[in-house]
Amino acid sequence: MSDVRTTDDLTRATAADLASAIASGDVSSVEVTQAHLDRMAAVEPAVHAFLHVDGERALAAAAEVDAARSAGQALGPLAGVPVALKDVLTYAGAPTTAGSKVLQGWVPPYDATVTRRMLDAGLVILGKTNLDEFAMGSSTENSAYGPTHNPWDLDRIPGGSGGGSAAALAAFEAPLAIGTDTGGSIRQPASVTGTVGIKPTYGGTSRYGLVALASSLDQPGPCARTVLDAALLHAVIAGHDPLDSTSVDAPVPDVVSAARSGDVRGLKVGIVRELGGEGYAPGVEQRFREAVDVLTDLGAEIVEVSCPSFTYALPAYYLILPSEASSNLAKFDGMRFGLRAGDDGGHDAEEVMGLTREAGFGAEVKRRIILGTYALSSGYYEAYYGQAQKVRTLVTRDFEAAFAQVDVLVSPSTPTTAFRLGEKVDDPLAMYLNDLCTIPSNLAGNASASFPVGLAPEDGLPVGLQVMAPPLADDRLYRVGAALERALEERWGGPLLARAPELVLRPELVEGGPQ
Amino acid sequence: MTTTTAPDLVMDYEDAVGRFDPALGLEVHVELNTASKMFCGCSTVFGAEPNTQVCPTCLGLPGSLPVVNAKAVESAIRIGLALNCSIASWCRFARKNYFYPDQPKNYQISQYDEPIAYDGWAEVEVPDDEGVLRTYRIEIERAHMEEDTGKSLHVGGATGRIHGADHSLLDYNRSGVPLIEIVTRPIEGAGRYAPAVARAYVAMLRDLLRGLGVSDVRMEQGSLRCDANVSLRPTRESPLGTRTETKNVNSLRSVERAIRYEIGRQAAVLSDGGRIKQETRHWQEGPGTTSSGRSKEQAEEYRYFPDPDLVPVAPSREWVEELRASLPEAPVKRLRRLSSAWGFSDAELRDVVASGAVDLVAATVDAGTTPQAARKWWLGELTRKANADGVELEQLPVGPVEVAQLQGLVDAGTLNDKLAREVLEGVLAGEGSPAEVVESRGLAVVSDDGALGAAVDEAIAANPGVADKIRAGKVQAAGALIGAVMKAMGGKADAGRVRELVLERLT
Amino acid sequence: MALTPNDVADLARLARIELTPGELAHLAPQLDAILEAVARVSEVAAADIPPTSHPLPLANVFRADVVRPSLPREAVLAGAPAAEDDRFRVPRILGEDA
Repeated sequence: MSDVRTTDDLTRATAADLASAIASGDVSSVEVTQAHLDRMAAVEPAVHAFLHVDGERALAAAAEVDAARSAGQALGPLAGVPVALKDVLTYAGAPTTAGSKVLQGWVPPYDATVTRRMLDAGLVILGKTNLDEFAMGSSTENSAYGPTHNPWDLDRIPGGSGGGSAAALAAFEAPLAIGTDTGGSIRQPASVTGTVGIKPTYGGTSRYGLVALASSLDQPGPCARTVLDAALLHAVIAGHDPLDSTSVDAPVPDVVSAARSGDVRGLKVGIVRELGGEGYAPGVEQRFREAVDVLTDLGAEIVEVSCPSFTYALPAYYLILPSEASSNLAKFDGMRFGLRAGDDGGHDAEEVMGLTREAGFGAEVKRRIILGTYALSSGYYEAYYGQAQKVRTLVTRDFEAAFAQVDVLVSPSTPTTAFRLGEKVDDPLAMYLNDLCTIPSNLAGNASASFPVGLAPEDGLPVGLQVMAPPLADDRLYRVGAALERALEERWGGPLLARAPELVLRPELVEGGPQ
Repeated sequence: MTTTTAPDLVMDYEDAVGRFDPALGLEVHVELNTASKMFCGCSTVFGAEPNTQVCPTCLGLPGSLPVVNAKAVESAIRIGLALNCSIASWCRFARKNYFYPDQPKNYQISQYDEPIAYDGWAEVEVPDDEGVLRTYRIEIERAHMEEDTGKSLHVGGATGRIHGADHSLLDYNRSGVPLIEIVTRPIEGAGRYAPAVARAYVAMLRDLLRGLGVSDVRMEQGSLRCDANVSLRPTRESPLGTRTETKNVNSLRSVERAIRYEIGRQAAVLSDGGRIKQETRHWQEGPGTTSSGRSKEQAEEYRYFPDPDLVPVAPSREWVEELRASLPEAPVKRLRRLSSAWGFSDAELRDVVASGAVDLVAATVDAGTTPQAARKWWLGELTRKANADGVELEQLPVGPVEVAQLQGLVDAGTLNDKLAREVLEGVLAGEGSPAEVVESRGLAVVSDDGALGAAVDEAIAANPGVADKIRAGKVQAAGALIGAVMKAMGGKADAGRVRELVLERLT
Repeated sequence: MALTPNDVADLARLARIELTPGELAHLAPQLDAILEAVARVSEVAAADIPPTSHPLPLANVFRADVVRPSLPREAVLAGAPAAEDDRFRVPRILGEDA
């Protein structure tokens, strides 16, 4: 192995390896960062994972880490490692669009807590990644700035709403990414891109600076290509925040130790009966069952559990989310920030608000705002929002009952592999079904994650397994994920992503060529 | 587009209350005097440069979140306890969703069906036409926490008002300032005294809140706001009529006047066979009328739901009892105690209360005057001055300390009543303290016997006939000589001493 | 429960979105279908089930009444679509006096 690290080596390395290489001086953060910026420049025309590249500041931040290291200062566990940030979290000085025209060009004057913690830990923010507009969607096709393409097959969706973050990982544009999960927006993209995505316990990670979709469901979370990398990032961003009233004031579970351990002997694992069967692709179910068998081989005890109220989780979710979102998105009115349309002297304030929101919001956002407005109206509140919150209680009780029997629950992360771009855009209800498995955890607020468990035989596309743990037991997710990763990578002879097709590169940016 | 409407017909008040039975509902908003805002750490100091006390939360920027101010919760509970309310053991904030440029999130964080305080009451005493004090018990439906809006300036129209404005300018400094909204149940049975009862209630609330130390309660500054709901019905037994809500009522006097006006206006409409439009009206101080505002015919669709960014407020019973134990004396009790200490008659007390001068009189007494003297100044000259200038007593540039000093000068004989009034004018004009005005204007009473004696001699010499009468025993005639001396001395003589000197010389 | 384009227009007004007639016509049946699907929640017998107030049972989260620095005014107005005299400039507001 040569001493000179190639772009390929640097972009295919894990975050953990990069961190230790930077810390030991083997490679500089600037080199690492530049390698990733080069990779982004090469593949972005095909993938379109990023909405904004913050190259100058990233290199400056990297240089600072290098300087600190040279000065002998102690560095955090991920110092100097690049990370991509879903464009729904604020980063002062860079645009935050939430994938919407209504925020085109808006530069927030403050950092999200998650952003601040990463900056303080010395991570290098490469840029902002693409998402379904206001995180509403399961394919990133609702982005006002064009879709992101799945690196496994550029004609397919990378999942949503956080398709940009997942694709950036799968295309080796970043070793780490931050996503947000309201109904599966971290886990489902992870599943269809063969990457790792975690939704922490609700309140485990601060929502301050997260452009709100559904306040009682949203959670920022770590995304990576390996379980350990995700755990390291989780430890940086999670923890109580006095600026978020819904943030949990409890120590962050020891996710890094759990990720290093991967010991599942004696662990009781429950398969959720209601999350499988009709509507699930055969390849998905097959890889899921095989992965469960692996857990058995590793010493876990598998049982089947029933969570009957889960069949009502989807309708409850699609009442609660639009209701909260209709209120959260009211602030986008063209008066104080963002897009303003129709202010030609002939329209009053209300009219300008109406024209701005008409021009600024896409179809799915409009659908959900109207739905939510309806569900909260007097006369309908009890039957819709009120009733949905009761179903939510039942879902939570089902989880509690299940967790009295088992330590974790498992299911496929999503019923299918990556579908084609354009396939479901005209059928909102069909699109919503992608969230079938992930939604219950958002309703109950417990921790859950998606781990890659193979490629579906029928189409060679990634399949994810979802692990669900009780609130504040996020470490169990990592324990199971690490166990699966170790065993499966041994079986595969390497990481799953090694089998992803090479992306067509722009020749002039192949390593060693002229800049 | 401007429209001019004909002035409303208004029935004579006595006729109106003779024919109809009024019912009132009062909604009072109190701005708390916390250092920081309800949901963020921005300062609440009044009068700052526009948009300098703003952060992502009170500006409603995407991604911002609210965190509840503990002091505001404490104040809310104390207010509820002082109004004899039950304090919720568990309650939540709710979002009141509506679009308006001064509301940065286009929803207000408030409380809906779970107010922190509810089912309370308060008593006010109002004299009837014979001067007999009647007690009215006002049921308090609720007191709840919410946040204030930003402030808008309307530019380009003729009057700076919203109608005809070209555009508006928004300052969000006040956005997020903590408010407590206190809502009464319908106040019925006050009949003709309804306006006075309303005024007394707001005055009582103001005193109570000031005593709690939770607010500056300055109506003219907006830290105490009153919206008055008024409806009429044919008799007390009829169901309640359609009500209007009158806003922009910025003083105790306006509370009374606005309600009086609304009663007369509604009576004119109803007796003409018309129906009352359920609407918001605006009190216009100048003309003394209410004007039509936004129609409330269609109930506002606020889509209230519990705010998911906040968690429930569940004050422990221990905390509530701790706060209850530390409440100051209830206003009615305090009033009775002061009144007996001061030795006021019912009528004298009622006048002081009605003028909203209880605290001023008390402070003046504390500064060293007799209660009667304090009452005389505040209800006499100072009330005249306040009315003439159209301000509240508290807004006058003279306070209890100056009044006490002034009276002290009178008691010491340095000033007589006439001179004291002149000195007061000087103090009001900003010329300084009473002592300074006496000095600079040379208004002290002359009590130097030499000067007085000389003047007395002159007067005697100038009025021999009168002098003879006095020598002959007609002591009353001395008045003419005293008058002459006072005139000669420009009123600056101590009349009592002049009389003594006159009689010394002539009897 | 069928949502007509008129119903959608009313809701759009409430939500301050100036939908086009084409959008209204397109949205109504879509929303109707979604509503039918989500109305399944009413199948659940939930008379004595308390609604979830919060995913996790937190309560009494407060901050001390302490002043913290506000944003600098330039930052406040930086994102404003229009500003005048250090304030946000907005089109004329109809309706009653504020």
